[in-house]
Formats: sequence, structure tokens, C-alpha cells
Amino acid sequence: MDFLRPETLAEALELKAQRPDAVPIAGGTDVMVEMNYDHRRPSALLDLTRIAELQQWTEGLRVGAGVPYVRIIDELGAQLPGLAMASRTVGSPQIRNRGTVGGNLGAASPAGDTHPVLLASGAVIEVASVRGTRMIPATEFYLGVKRNALEADELITAVHLTPAAGPQQFSKVGTRNAMVIAVCSFAISLFPAENRVGAAVGSAAPTPRRAPEAEAFLAAELDFANPKPLLDSVKREFGELVSRAASPIDDVRGSAEYRKHALAVMARRTLGWAWQELLDGDKACA
Amino acid sequence: MTLTPAELTSAVSGGIGTSPQRPDGNLKVRGEFAYASDLWHEDMIWGSTLRSPHPYARITSIDLTEALQVPGVYAVLTHEDVPGRNLYGLEHKDQPVLAVDVVRYQGEPIALVGADHPETALRAMKKIVVTYDVLEPVVDMETAADDTPLHPGGNLVRHVPIRRGSQDVTAEVVVTGRYEVGMQDQAFLGPESGLAVPATDGSVDLYIATQWLHVDRDQIAAALGLPQEQVRLTLSGVGGAFGGREDLSMQVHACLLALHTGKPVKMVYNREESFYGHVHRHPAVLYYEHGADHTGKLVYVRTRMYLDGGAYASSTPAVVANAATLGVGPYEVDNVTVDAYGVYTNNPPCGAMRGFGAVQAGFAYESQMDKLAEALGMSPVDVRVRNAMTEGSVMPTGQVVDSAAPVAQLLKLVQDKPLPAGTSTDIRELPGGVSNTTHGEGVVRGVGYAVGIKNICFSEGYDDYSTARVRVSMVNGELAAAVHTAACEVGQGLVTIMQQIVRTELGIERVTVLPMDTTIGNGGSTSASRQTYVTGGAVKAACALVKDRLAGRTDIGDEVIDEVTEWRHRATEPIDPETGQGNAHVQYGFAAHRAVVDVDVDLGLVRVVSLDCAQDVGRALNPQAVVGQIQGGSAQGLGLAVMEEIQTSGGKVRNPSFTDYLIPTVLDMPPMSIDVLELADPHAPYGIRGVGEPPTISSTPAIVAAIRAATGLALTRVPVRPEHLTGT
Repeated sequence: MDFLRPETLAEALELKAQRPDAVPIAGGTDVMVEMNYDHRRPSALLDLTRIAELQQWTEGLRVGAGVPYVRIIDELGAQLPGLAMASRTVGSPQIRNRGTVGGNLGAASPAGDTHPVLLASGAVIEVASVRGTRMIPATEFYLGVKRNALEADELITAVHLTPAAGPQQFSKVGTRNAMVIAVCSFAISLFPAENRVGAAVGSAAPTPRRAPEAEAFLAAELDFANPKPLLDSVKREFGELVSRAASPIDDVRGSAEYRKHALAVMARRTLGWAWQELLDGDKACA
Repeated sequence: MTLTPAELTSAVSGGIGTSPQRPDGNLKVRGEFAYASDLWHEDMIWGSTLRSPHPYARITSIDLTEALQVPGVYAVLTHEDVPGRNLYGLEHKDQPVLAVDVVRYQGEPIALVGADHPETALRAMKKIVVTYDVLEPVVDMETAADDTPLHPGGNLVRHVPIRRGSQDVTAEVVVTGRYEVGMQDQAFLGPESGLAVPATDGSVDLYIATQWLHVDRDQIAAALGLPQEQVRLTLSGVGGAFGGREDLSMQVHACLLALHTGKPVKMVYNREESFYGHVHRHPAVLYYEHGADHTGKLVYVRTRMYLDGGAYASSTPAVVANAATLGVGPYEVDNVTVDAYGVYTNNPPCGAMRGFGAVQAGFAYESQMDKLAEALGMSPVDVRVRNAMTEGSVMPTGQVVDSAAPVAQLLKLVQDKPLPAGTSTDIRELPGGVSNTTHGEGVVRGVGYAVGIKNICFSEGYDDYSTARVRVSMVNGELAAAVHTAACEVGQGLVTIMQQIVRTELGIERVTVLPMDTTIGNGGSTSASRQTYVTGGAVKAACALVKDRLAGRTDIGDEVIDEVTEWRHRATEPIDPETGQGNAHVQYGFAAHRAVVDVDVDLGLVRVVSLDCAQDVGRALNPQAVVGQIQGGSAQGLGLAVMEEIQTSGGKVRNPSFTDYLIPTVLDMPPMSIDVLELADPHAPYGIRGVGEPPTISSTPAIVAAIRAATGLALTRVPVRPEHLTGT
């Protein structure tokens, strides 16, 4: 196995073009496990940790694919509260020091913690190759179980997100109170200025996916201009629509029925928290 | 904690009753301790194991041709290369070193590869071609005895009946239940590993992480066809055991490869292989009927229990005996009917794990006591106290409990502890923790109690002893001692205990613990909560011999005083095969827990808020180690209550990884308030009572009782899953 260590992005893209079989590695929290268990034996690894621009974020926001979860939590918590919440649920502190959103996207596991947030908040994935750069909306990025929209010569370079324009929440069910892979997860983003809602589920379908009917229902029900306490019936219906957007399976982590049930609960609770934040913010302004 | 009696205090520090620093403590905290997986030898090669993908299949052919052609491969071995007896086992020799013509569980070893690199070994292993005739596996423990026989004698490994008192008595209040216990794993962090070094005379040295050097040695020698003295074992760094290292894993395999190739051979399982490489806790189905009068006094207990031993017997017979003899719990019951069955199936082999049969029964009988309390309108503590055994009580086996049995006192101690504050607002302290699933919505609190009983040391007439050697000489002008045993330090702190005993007995502060190996006599197993009792007893006895020869001298010049002795605890008896009567056990240990839980009833998630414990340890030789054992045992019980299970389907393991086999983290396990009673057992050295297992027994049912109190659900199976709590 070759271990390729480019110093610059240009060099990395050249290498990836020459060696499309090379598996990119950043934190290694996924790739190394697969290799240790002999689930994967790539002919080459492409080490991205030396490429400075992947480790940076810039206002706007463009978050380099190699920014570890711990920095998202510490440095971007105010601008990207949903992503920070999801990042806090990733593994252990050691894993959060190493793991990256780029890696989450590269693995494209339906259980990846950041995916629902990226979908709900309208993230755009920046990918690059020697042929140029592509901007892929998160909604078009996940193609199947552990399959994404990358071409063989492309690398994930960044995630573009706008700083939160309204309340965001993320919630994840696992059967342990920390360091647990998602049984299912849910993210919600409110965009008050646009009268819009983003909602997405994780680990409840072959890919992470948005819940468009739930989003549309809520956008119609919510009065962003003049927010009032939410009716339970609205939360409940939203929960049901989120649940219906999922197509989970029975597996060792949980039953399909439980996942659908839990998604409905998480959806109505997170909606409640997000809406309360909006109400509280309104009060604070008044 | 009581004070150390004056006669046992000595001028030196670090004697019994204190908590001196462990000799291996700093190394382990710094990550510098050498575990068996760190072993290294010049010129060593690596062994790997080809395992069956099928739970039950006939092997129709094995083709090694291609594997042998891989460059770097030194040997590929099958059962044909086992020179001695190709069968081993702790109680029944029924398990092949390497499968012959049939495999009985997924993961059963079939062939071995020795190669110059672990990767080479792995690649060669994949080139071994095995063809199978796949058979329908037997997986249901309740019907297994009548199913396809997997072994020549059929699928019933052992039936233990107990008949005490009237068998047809009736009672005013009757509660019945069916309970299930899932398959728990020891989940030790150091995987199976060892290094076998061949000698030029055809003998072999094995450096190994194990729980019992001599029984390993005997089984290895038999398989290798060597006299026992030609197989020498030295304990390597053990990264946890909990029963999972009582059976052989790679011991014979590494020695076979070493003797075949003439090279030192290292074998290390990875985490996934480890799940296939050791036995687990027996899953169980238990039927119970409790009858009581209107005051809550138990009139009778009847139970029928099934324990799934999986493909090979391992320690199933002893586990079944424990479940049966301890099957009514720490209660006085005059009329008892027990039928406990241990069976073969094609599920993963099950054997020893902390609590050893008492855990499965404990979950069931404590669930029954809560059910009885409810039926009687009594509190869970009152119904237990009403029936609590005391010193002088008679076990269902007829054995009189002849030392402290403070069951009621333990329950009252945990009951009287202050309750924790109300539900937190910090999400890390709520069900779901950092996963942000609730800010208090749906969270209901519950409180539950449980108490348990465990036998300490080996039972049923087993000649259980340990050997210790203590040597004293002058070092730099002062007396120094060295202590040598074959008793395995697996992380529990025996090294410290032995030092403390020598310091106290001889008044010598400088005590070295020599490597544990088979150059000395048997130290017995590090299991059954017995090492401080038995090896501690042997070290104490050896010290007495040394002390006689020292005769009060503090300067012995060039003399070396060296004493070796064997020490036995009092004998036990086999139980009657038809009535289960007999003085089967050496000693009984008791612990009680009170659990407080917050349950998110909408999501079915649980946070254990407090898990307080009271336990009688007879005498705390090392108070810090005692508390550590209670914390660890309680945590393992918490794991079984709410998350730990090897899930199988058709005999196949569905979650052989720490991604999906979950054990508690620091956010799952609350800080504990622990009361340690020291009610000395006059039969035991220093009055000690085994510590390690009792807390594992009562922790699980206390937590489940608390979840029931919070939810009102029946919850008859552990681990409790979110699906059970949400009806999904």
C-alpha cells in the first residue's frame, strides 16, 4: 500500500487524478478502523493532513473539510449551533480531536452525525479535482448507503454554510449516554426571514434525507413575523410527517418501528426548543 | 469502615487494612504497562486463526495448497497436526483444539497460519479453502435438549434439581413470571494474546494473559502430547478478565505453531475476533413461582431455568449449579423446587463471567420479590427484609449459613441513604446525555432495590487450594521479602494484597512480587472471588513458616529463609444429584443496591442517577481496592441492565464490535455511595469475604426495578431496550 503525502491541494488533486483508487484520509477515525478490521485494503492512502487550506474556515462560511469536530464546537458554535450540537455527539473527545466533517461526508454513512444538520441548514459541499471545482448541494450529495456524489478523481475540500439565520437543533438517539452511534437522528433549522424550515433525518433511510412534507407543513403553520406559542397539534403533526419521511430498517441497533417513533418524538421536541428560542429572542428584543 | 485491630497493625506501612499504591498503577495510568499484546521476541512469527463462518456445518474438505504457497508462510496447521488430545475443556473435554469434521459455532477454529507478518498470515488464511455442508443450527435453549444432538451424549449438559421441604404446598399469595437474560460479554479491553517460544529440547514457554496458569498448562500439555513439565507458562500483562480467560483461546494454537516451526509465535486477536475467541455469560430463560402468606413471608419458591451453554460445555455445569443453589436468593424459604438445565446449542459458547449463574437467577428472583411486594401491597424493601436470611439460615441445599449474612442490614443501609436531588437540567445528566434528546420532557424518576447472594471460592467438593512461596533475605542491611505464586493478577490488585499480607505478617516493608508462573505449584483460578481468600491464605501461611524461622531476628546475615506451602479452605461437598442437598459452598457474599433512574418514557432512554451499594466484605484488606471492585461490579451490572448484549440470530453474532456492543461510559455510570461492612468470617483468613462478584448480581435487578417504578412496565428481559419501554 502506498502512502501519499501531498503538501498542497494542487498536489493532492494531481495525485488523486493519477491514483483514483487512493483513499483520502484525514482524521482516520473511519478509514483506519476499516483497515484494521480488514474491511478495506486500499492500494493507496492519500493523507490530507498536511494541506493547510483544508484545516481552515473562513467567514461566510466556508469550513475546510479537514477542520476537526472539536474546532467546530469551540470556534463555530455561535455561527453554526446545529453543526456544533451534532459534533458534540460524535464519539469521544479523542475522536472529536481527529474526526472531520469532510470525513463524515466521504464515508457517507447513513448514521453519520453531521448529515442531518447539513441537509436541514442547506449546506453546499465543495469538491475539487484537476478538472475544477464543483458545488454540490447536500441534498444531492448522498446517493446511497455509503455512496456519495464524488467522482473518482475528486476530493471534498469544504462545506459552505450560512451562519445560522435562526434557531437550530440537533437530537440523536443512542442506547448509551455518550460515544454512541446513532440509532436515528434529527436536525431542524428555522429560517425566520425566509419563512422557511429545514428538517432532516439520519440513520433512518439508506441515506440521510430531508423531510420535505414536514418542512412545508411547518413553514405554512409557523407565523415567523408574529411568533406565538406553538399548539401541541402542530408539533405532533410535524413529528408524524418527519416520521413518515423515514424508511428505516430493523437492525442490531434498533427496530424500524422504534426509529419512526423516536423521530416523531425528537422532531416535536426539537421544534419546541427551536421555537421557544425564537419566542425568547423576540421577548429579548422587545 | 472499621479500624484495623491492634494486633494486626505493624511498624511497617502498607500492611493490610491500608490502601498502598499498586506496583502496576502508575504504569497503567501512563499507558506504559506491558500487556500480553505488547509481547515481542526476536525472529518471532505471527499466528492467525481460520474460523468457521457457520454456526453448524459439516466440513467436507480443507485445501491448504494455495495458503502454503504464500511467500512468508511458515506453517498451515489443522487438527491433523495436533499431536496430543484434540479435545479440551474446563469440566468436559468436548472442545476440539481445531475442528475435525464438524463446526458447532460461528467462529470455531479450523486452521492456523504462521507467517512472517500478521498481514501475510491473514492473506494466507484467506487462501485456505474449506467446503461445508451447512446444517440447521440448534438455537433455542428451551427445546435444545430434545433437538438434534450436537454431542454424543445429547444436548443436556447438566440438570440440577433441588428439592427441599414440601413439593406441593400452597400459599395465599402467588406470583409467577418468565424472565430472560441476554448474552453479556466480559468486554475486557486487552484482547486475547500470547507468545509461545519453543525450546531446543521440544518443550515450550508460553507468555500469556490468562486467569489460571496451571489449568491452561494441563490442557495445553495434553493437546501437545507433552509432559506437563515441558510446558511452562508465565503470566503476561492481563487487560481484564471477568471470567472470559478461564477457557483456552489461542494458548494451544500458539504453542502448536511454535513447536511446528521452531519459531517464537505471537498471536493477538483483534476486537472482532475477541468476540468469537472467548466464552460469554450464559443467556437464560427462567420461570419462577413464589408463594407467600399475607404477611409477606415466603412459603415456597419453584423455578425452572434454562441456561444456554452454546456449542461447548466450558463451565456450564458449575454455572448451572450456582444458578440452582443460589436460585431463591438471600432469603429463607422452607419449600423449594428448582430445576436448572444447562444445554448445548449452536450459539456462541458460554462459560464463566463475574457472577457466574447467580446473575441470571438474581435478576429473576429479585424481579419476583418486587412482584410479590406489589401483590401484597408491601414496599420492596419490607418484603425482602421480611424474608431476609441471617447467620444460621438454611440454604435450599440444606447448608447452614455459618457466618455473617446481614441481608436486612444491607437493604436498610441503602434505603437510608439520602436520595439524589431532583432531575437535572444539565443534558449530560439526563437520559440521552449529550445527544440532546430531552431537556426534561418525558422524564420520570424511579427508585428500585435489590439484594443478591454469591458463593465465594470453588464449590461442590472441588479440592481448591493455592500455593505460595515467601523468601526472606537481607538487602542493603534490612530484611526484604519476595513472594511467589502462580495466582494470576488480572487487574484486581492481588499483587498489592500479597505485599500487604507479607508486610503485616513479617513486619518487612520491602516486598517484591515475583512473576507469576508455573515453576511454582498451582495458585488456583482468579475467579469465584477467591484469590484474596485462597492465595491470600497461602501467602499468610507461608509467612507463618518464615516467621518461625526468623524467630524475631532483624538481621539474618547471609541466610535465606525460603518457605513454600499449600493452603486449602475448608472442604465442600458435592450436592445430591436428585435432591440438590449438600454443603456445596465455602462462603456466601452479599450486596444490596438502591438504584435511582430517570427514564425518558417517550424515547425509552435511561439515565441511572444513582446506584448506591452496601456490601459485607468480612474484612477490607485494601479498602480502596474493595471500593473499586464494588464500583466495577456495579457498572458491569448496569451494563447488563440497560445496554450490554451479544445479539445472535440463527447462532450468528450480530454485533461483534464495540460500536454495537455497548458498555457503560462515565456518562452512564453515576458516582456511587458505598457502605462497606466488615463482619469477619471466622473461617476465612483475616475474616475476609470475597468481594468481586456480589455487586454485579444486585446492580442489574435494582436498576430494572427502578425503571419499572418509573414506567409501570413489567420488563421481564435484560438488557432493557428502548423498544421495551416504548412498545415499539
